[in-house]
Amino acid sequence: MFEIIRTIINRDLTLAMRRRSDVMTTLFFFVIVVSLFPLGIGPELNTLRQIAPGVFWVAALLASMLALEKLFAADFEDGTLEQMLLTPQPVFVLVLAKVFAHWLITGVPLVLLSPLLGLQYDLGAETLGVLLLSLLLGTPALSLIGAIGAALTLGLRGGGVLVSLLVLPLYIPVLIFGAGAVEANVSGLGETGHLLMLGAMLLLALVAAPLATSAALRISAE
Amino acid sequence: MLEVANLECIRGDRRLFSGLNFELAAGELLHLHGHNGSGKTTLLRTICGLITPTDGEVRWQGENVRKQRDDFARELVYIGHKNAIKADLTGTENLRIACQLDGMPVSVKQAWEALEKMGLRGHEDLPVRVLSQGQKKRVALARLLLNKSPLWILDEPFTALDKAAVAYLQTVIQAHVAGGGMAILTTHQEVALTRGQVKSLRLGWKRDGDV
Repeated sequence: MFEIIRTIINRDLTLAMRRRSDVMTTLFFFVIVVSLFPLGIGPELNTLRQIAPGVFWVAALLASMLALEKLFAADFEDGTLEQMLLTPQPVFVLVLAKVFAHWLITGVPLVLLSPLLGLQYDLGAETLGVLLLSLLLGTPALSLIGAIGAALTLGLRGGGVLVSLLVLPLYIPVLIFGAGAVEANVSGLGETGHLLMLGAMLLLALVAAPLATSAALRISAE
Repeated sequence: MLEVANLECIRGDRRLFSGLNFELAAGELLHLHGHNGSGKTTLLRTICGLITPTDGEVRWQGENVRKQRDDFARELVYIGHKNAIKADLTGTENLRIACQLDGMPVSVKQAWEALEKMGLRGHEDLPVRVLSQGQKKRVALARLLLNKSPLWILDEPFTALDKAAVAYLQTVIQAHVAGGGMAILTTHQEVALTRGQVKSLRLGWKRDGDV
């Protein structure tokens, strides 16, 4: 089974390396949105520190949603997806591998870059660490949840808008606790509770989302 | 043995077929006829398990395929209209990934040999995107040479292929069937394979000559 997971991850990473512009779109979107706020609002450090958690998390959420479209669409177009459904492998394992590869490509670069971008908001070293940690726990959960929406809207016209409507309500808890963790650290309340909640959400998504996604893929492939 | 029992499929508000019964035993080839839109592809996809039939069932070795999805998938190769190859990967990469997912990993050497037999010598390490339509089809069909599954379901395997490739593919299918395999295929081309000792099934209500 690990052999299969490795094959899928290798495949998707190779494809991403040969088509780098797709990867860059998400990252640039995140960088630009996050960098525009300090320019637009002005160099009032107190305000910037206050809005930073929200801005980072909303930008990460939108970037993650922007990338969703590409999760299954290409495989659906060229027929590799239906072949995956016809392999003797459990579909949720394939889904898990695909989502993980997708997160490595679109989520991880954004997480790693966030402390650097955080400097624009005058965040302290400790807060930057919390920001990194919260995104590290939150973005895979976003990818997992989003995969359900992406699978359900495969092959539909105007699927992009529908995906946002489907997954945004499910994203909100992650947004609240993600941004909440950073905020709690800024205001000195302690971020542990929020981070634990984020971890719990990630675990829940890890268990439930691949199953829902595989069921949705079977429906879409009909 | 593959059995189709009382199968019915309704797509939208059209009944494509109903009360369909047939059997396919080891060493048999089924040629599926029918005009455009008569439901050939739908039938093939239903047999694979990609489409849920409205009524009836498909049985493999006596058991409904929907109850033994993984086991049935191991025994089946489906090659559809879409080639199921990634344009940015090379022929060998595509082939090795497909075989790995089918649960039958192959070495680079085996993949090269299969592609060479399909007439793709010198194109093995080019991204598939630069190949012609017929060559892409050949990459997709190269899976047949490496896969040891007994049931082959081929939807229009001869389209886009040149004469030599059509002839070669026919010998491959014939060897598979002669070796105790089963194959179901659709084609509108007149090929020698579909004459003689094959089962055939006609879908649709139009007679020959109708448009």
